[in-house]
Amino acid sequence: MATAAFETPKLKPYPVIPLVAEGAMAHSKPYVASPQIQTAIGFPGELTEGWEQRAIAKMGELLDKYRSLRVYMDACVHCGACSDKCHYYLGTGDPKNMPVARQDLMRSVYRRYFTFAGKHFPKLVGAVDMSKDVLDQWWSYFNQCSECRRCSVFCPYGIDTAEVTMAAREIMDAVGLGQKYANEIIGKVHRIGNNLGIPEPALADTLAGLEEDTKEETGVDVRFPLDVAGAEVLLITPSADFFSEPHVESLIGYAKVFHAAGITWTLSSKASEAGNFGLFIGSYEQMRTIALRIREAALELGARRIVVGECGHAWRVAYSFWNTLAGIGAGGKDPFAIELQRQLDPRYKQPTHICELTHDLIRRGALKFDKEKNDDRIITFHDSCNVARGSRMGDAPGGQFTIPREIIRAVANHYHEMAPGTTHEATFCCGGGGGLLTDDLLELRVKGALPRMEALNNVVDRHGVNFMATICAICKAQFTKVLPYYGFDMSMVGGVHQLVSKAIRLGQPH
Amino acid sequence: MSALTIAYALLFYAATAILVLGLGVKIRSYVHTPAPLKIPTTPAPVTRGGVALRLVREVVFFESLFKSSKWTWLFGWMFHAALLLVVLRHLRYFQQPVWTPVIWVQAFGTYAGFAMVAGLGGLWARRFLVDRVRYISTPSDHLHLALLLAIGMSGLGMRFVARTDIIALKAFMLGLMRFDWQPLPADPLLLLHLLLVATLMVVFPISKLLHAPGMFFSPTRNQSDNAREARHLAAWAASLEK
Repeated sequence: MATAAFETPKLKPYPVIPLVAEGAMAHSKPYVASPQIQTAIGFPGELTEGWEQRAIAKMGELLDKYRSLRVYMDACVHCGACSDKCHYYLGTGDPKNMPVARQDLMRSVYRRYFTFAGKHFPKLVGAVDMSKDVLDQWWSYFNQCSECRRCSVFCPYGIDTAEVTMAAREIMDAVGLGQKYANEIIGKVHRIGNNLGIPEPALADTLAGLEEDTKEETGVDVRFPLDVAGAEVLLITPSADFFSEPHVESLIGYAKVFHAAGITWTLSSKASEAGNFGLFIGSYEQMRTIALRIREAALELGARRIVVGECGHAWRVAYSFWNTLAGIGAGGKDPFAIELQRQLDPRYKQPTHICELTHDLIRRGALKFDKEKNDDRIITFHDSCNVARGSRMGDAPGGQFTIPREIIRAVANHYHEMAPGTTHEATFCCGGGGGLLTDDLLELRVKGALPRMEALNNVVDRHGVNFMATICAICKAQFTKVLPYYGFDMSMVGGVHQLVSKAIRLGQPH
Repeated sequence: MSALTIAYALLFYAATAILVLGLGVKIRSYVHTPAPLKIPTTPAPVTRGGVALRLVREVVFFESLFKSSKWTWLFGWMFHAALLLVVLRHLRYFQQPVWTPVIWVQAFGTYAGFAMVAGLGGLWARRFLVDRVRYISTPSDHLHLALLLAIGMSGLGMRFVARTDIIALKAFMLGLMRFDWQPLPADPLLLLHLLLVATLMVVFPISKLLHAPGMFFSPTRNQSDNAREARHLAAWAASLEK
């Protein structure tokens, strides 16, 4: 589709907080989901008479279900600590992309209907009625938040705009206003098993092709098994790993790690997707239904370990929510949780990130590498938001930062960090997360990538960095698309296991 | 008993009731609303003890605010720390005999009034000088600052410019607490100061001042990071499994 022309921001040598440019992104809106897409996943087809009351009723329901929303609607003091923290504000200057202003789009409605001050003194506290004009602003600006949680790091009360955005999107879905990209994908995952809509035969065919390619490259029979009952590991990976570049290079990397370590593994055609877009639209029920596929696949195949591939939001859902949603984890005392716990190997963390698995093997000396095979690459690492601020790896807090970096250092010789304040817990979103990875939001995606592009540009200039590794399917797809806008080569981005794949020793060809 | 004394006595009973009941209702709603998912902003502590420490750092040092904006932190921390000293110092008007720690804090509390006003001035200046903060400021934000500033200035005025009959005031306050009303001195500055304080008490449970209890209930800050080790299930979420 054609996007209206826009100007790519200029890269500056140091970050500059833009001046407020009111309405700069007011035109940015995603496509609306068709009634077919909406009804297929249980939402009303379109906005109909009386939606205002239904929206307020839904807000009331969410306020009773989520402490986060209830507290965050009350606690903000407008201190402005978050005002310069969102990559979309930094890239566009639109003040409604300041987290506080984005939250206030909902807070002003909350105040009007749920607080004493807003009911009786609306003007004084900026309370407004729910109206079409308000909804239009919600539609625009709650689809300009990638739910990356950077603002929640800096808020003195930990107010997480992602929680507010998710609630807003759930309210909009509940009155029949859904986002085409996210809701169409959720339909596909229910119908076919993955976000890309790859049916089982095509998946089997692709994996057979990968076996051939890998045999050709290495001379070794590295397997890509599908639906193998009794395999030790069930690998749940984003479906982009099957078809997209550079994603597939990491899939080959996982397969080589399993091969070299002698771990039997399998993919599942039923659960051929790690991504869970239920998170993006804030729907607990959708997120749960999607997560239950993984549980069912694990039970059917009898897997002893569940390992998750390189995908940021998927890892947040897996690490933080799977135990809650689907009983994948430890510590559950109810029959539902115990059924799966009895099958899973208690010696391993369930679920395990592929980086945790590889890192553990490296530490135990089970993998050997020819690091110089990556010598053509000068590498930096982009922390993906959901991994950095919504999950963990390993035993200690911050393992999500050290483990991928230690893997990179174990498989390559040239590594440089981007500037502090742009990595670790303060990392910038790629600009395409949270269900915004769609061409109808391309301007937003390009501009939202600005802070990351500036940090990257600095290490390119200073150290000659030519490869930005990351462990997220959305980051990879987003950067592949937006790097060229900033004058970089799209092949500069790739996975951590893409580097592992290049350097790993597989033993003698058969 | 003058009409003034009766009016202020009733005002303070009402303000206290609204503050306590209003906060009680709000805190009850925070306690009773479940947090169905594990959403600590990571890296997060993995134990309850670690979480307690994280909250202490937030409450005492404003750790997150320090990371985000040094100016806001400076003025905000200065105001809150000074306010604490000022409030502690004021305890002497509500007790007889006065606790020793309250006697110790007297000198600091007196001069903290200036730091409080300076901090508020800095916070208010940001609302005019920083374009982003100007954009998000509402009439209510300005009024909150005006109210606190007026309380501080009227207090300092009574301490350093036009002294009020503090003995009589203390008798009035103790009388309120013992339900044995004593006359309130008809000093305009004092009446203003007390009126503004009562206003603050009334506004507290219906305004952004709820950030004070709210921060203890913020799931991104008060949850431990142990999602894989313990199953976390809210009641309404568990009912989906039935």
